[in-house]
Amino acid sequence: MSLLSHLISGLSLGSIYAIIALGYTMVYGIAKMLNFAHGDVIMVGGYACFFMVSTYDLPPIVGIVVAMAVCTLLGVTIERLAYKPLRAAPALAVLITAIGVSYFLQNAAQLLWTSNPRVFPSIVGDFSVKLFDGQLSISGTALVTILVCIVIMISLVWFTGHTKTGKAMRACSEDKAAATLMGINVNSTISITFAIGSALAAIAGVLLCSAYPTLSPTTGAMPGIKAFTAAVFGGIGSIPGAMLGGLLLGIIEIFGKAYISTQLSDAIVFLVLIIVLLVRPGGLLGKQVQEKV
Amino acid sequence: MKKFSACLLAAVMAGSLAACSSGTGTTPSTSPGASTGGAGATGVFKIGGTGPLTGGAAIYGQAARNGAQIAVDEINALGGIQFELNYQDDEHDAEKAVNAYNTLKDWGMQISLGSVTSTPAVATSVENNADRIFALTPSASATAVTEGKDNVFQLCFADPNQGSASAQYIFDQKLGTKIAVIYKNDDVYSTGIYNTFKTKATELGLEIVSETTFTEDSQQDFSVQLGDAKAKGADLVFLPMYYTPASLIFQQAKSMSYTPKYFGVDGMDGILTLEGFDPTLAEGVMLLTPFNADAADERTKNFVAKYQAAFGEIPNQFAADGYDCIYAILAALQGGNVTAGQATSEINDALIAQFTSMSFDGLTGNQMTWGTNGQVSKAPKGMVIKNGAYVGMD
Repeated sequence: MSLLSHLISGLSLGSIYAIIALGYTMVYGIAKMLNFAHGDVIMVGGYACFFMVSTYDLPPIVGIVVAMAVCTLLGVTIERLAYKPLRAAPALAVLITAIGVSYFLQNAAQLLWTSNPRVFPSIVGDFSVKLFDGQLSISGTALVTILVCIVIMISLVWFTGHTKTGKAMRACSEDKAAATLMGINVNSTISITFAIGSALAAIAGVLLCSAYPTLSPTTGAMPGIKAFTAAVFGGIGSIPGAMLGGLLLGIIEIFGKAYISTQLSDAIVFLVLIIVLLVRPGGLLGKQVQEKV
Repeated sequence: MKKFSACLLAAVMAGSLAACSSGTGTTPSTSPGASTGGAGATGVFKIGGTGPLTGGAAIYGQAARNGAQIAVDEINALGGIQFELNYQDDEHDAEKAVNAYNTLKDWGMQISLGSVTSTPAVATSVENNADRIFALTPSASATAVTEGKDNVFQLCFADPNQGSASAQYIFDQKLGTKIAVIYKNDDVYSTGIYNTFKTKATELGLEIVSETTFTEDSQQDFSVQLGDAKAKGADLVFLPMYYTPASLIFQQAKSMSYTPKYFGVDGMDGILTLEGFDPTLAEGVMLLTPFNADAADERTKNFVAKYQAAFGEIPNQFAADGYDCIYAILAALQGGNVTAGQATSEINDALIAQFTSMSFDGLTGNQMTWGTNGQVSKAPKGMVIKNGAYVGMD
C-alpha cells in the first residue's frame, strides 16, 4: 500500500517536472538554446495566479488564464529583448544571457513582492480520494496534476504532428536555413515556441504552488533545475522524452527517499542521470547524433 | 533599435541588482551627543546586529530588531546611557551576514548583537571574536556560535538545551510514546537539536520510530517522511526546524489524513504570522519557547502593548529576545561602569567580566546566568497553539 502511495506522490511530483521540462525541451529543440529563465517564469505565473485568486478574489480558472496570459507575454518579451538580438551569437553568450534573465526575474520579484513567503491557496480544492478502506488516500491536487500533464502531452504531440505551425516548428528544429528556403518564418516560429513554453510554465507554476503551497521569488529555481535535468534525462529536444524524463525523475526521487535514504535522495537522482548519460549520451528518447569532425 | 533595447535591458538589470544589494537597516532613533546622566556608565553606545530582514526567515530578523528597538527607545527616553541601534539585513545567509557585519564595523559598532539566525551567526561570531567586539546574540542557538569564543554570548537556549529540554518535556508530560523526527540535515540548527534530542530521548527510554530528513533543495515534498511516520504508527512528530517547511508538513499531513501531535522548538514560533497560513492547520501544535505573550506580569504586558501599538502584531519570542538583549547589555554596562569613550576592546573585556558574573531578569526568564562558554541558563516554557494563539501549557 505504501508502495502505491509513494508511486502516486512520485507521479504527481514527476508530472510537474514533466510540464516544466516540456518548456525547456521545446525551446531547445527549436532555438537550440537553454532557457534558464524558464524556472523563474514559473514563479511569475505563480504570483500572477496568487494575486488574482487571493487579492482580487476571482475564481481559480480566471487566475490560471491570467497567469498564462502574463507568462506568455513575459516569455515573448524576454525572447524579443534578450535572446533575439543574440540569434547569431555563440551559444555560450545566449546561455549567459539566459542566466542573467533568470537572476533579473528573481531580483525583480524580490523588489516587487518582497521575499517573504506567501501561502498559496489551493486551486484544486481540498478533496482527496480514498481507496482500500481509507488506507490509500490520494490528494485531489495529485490527481489533477497527473491528468493535466497527460492532456498537455497528448495535445502537444498532436500539435507538432498535425498543425501547420507544429510542422513549421519541426522543420525549424531540423534545419533553420532549409526551413527559411521553404518559406517558413523562422523568427515567428521561435516566438510561438516561447509563447507555448511560457504558457505551460504558468500552468506548471499554478500546479507546483497548489501541491506545495509556499510561494517566494525563488520558488521556481530548484524545480527549474530538476526539470532541466529531466529534459536531459529524457533526451533534450524530444517532447515524449521530456515527459518520460520528468515522470521517472519524480518517481526515482520519491522512491530513493522512501526506500534508500532521505539524506541521499538528490544524490541518487543525479547518479541515475549520470549513468543514463554514460550509456545513452542523447538521453532516453533523444536522437543519437554522430558529431562529424 | 536592437542594440538600444539590449542596452536598456542591461541597464534595468543593473539597476535592479543595485537596488537589491542596498541594505534595509533601520535608521538610528537617537540623535548623537545625547545627555550624560547618572553615575558610572555614560555616553552614546553604537550597537549593531545582523538578521534576516527579508527572505524566508524574515519574521525572526524583523521581530528581534523591533524588540531591540523598543528597548532602545525606552532606555533613551530615560536619559543617562544612550544607544544607537543599527540592524543590517543578512537574508539568513552566512556570506551576506559577514558583509553586513563589515558595514556595521565601518559605521563604528562598539557592541554587537551578533546575528539572529544560527548559520549566519556562526560566521559573524568568528569576526566578533577576531575584532574583539562583544556580541550577545538574541536567538542564534547553535553551539558553534559560542564555541571557543570568549566574547560571544547567547540570550536564547543553546541547541543542546532545546533538544534535551524537548525530550524531557515530552517524557514528563507523557505527550507521546512513539516519536517521529523530521529534521533538515543541511542546517546546523536543525541537526544540532536533533542530535541532543535523540541522545536524551534514548536516555529516557522514549521510542523514536522514524527519523527522516530534508534539505534546502528538497523542502517541498514531505509525503515520504510523513508516510514513514504514519506507517510506523508515530503519535507525536518532533519538528526541530523553522516554520516555513513546518507549514508544508502540516498541510501535507492533513491531505494524507495523518493527525499526530506535533512538537516544535523556537523556530516554529512565527508560523501564525505567515501570510495566508490557515491557523487551523497548526491547532494543537506544541512548542518550547522561553517567552509567553499572555503572561500576566507587568513587564510582559507593557512590552506586548508597546509592540502591538508600534508594529500591529503580537510579539513572538524573538522580539522578546531582542528586547532582553538590550537590557542585559545595559545592566552589564552599568555594572562595569563602562563609558562610550572607551576603546571597543576595553568595552569588550568589561562586558565579558560582567556577563559571566551577573544575574539578569528579563522577559524570557528570571535569574539568567551565563557560563564562560557563553551559554545562558534559564527555564523553558511549554506553549500550545489554541484558536490561532499561543497559550501557556502549564
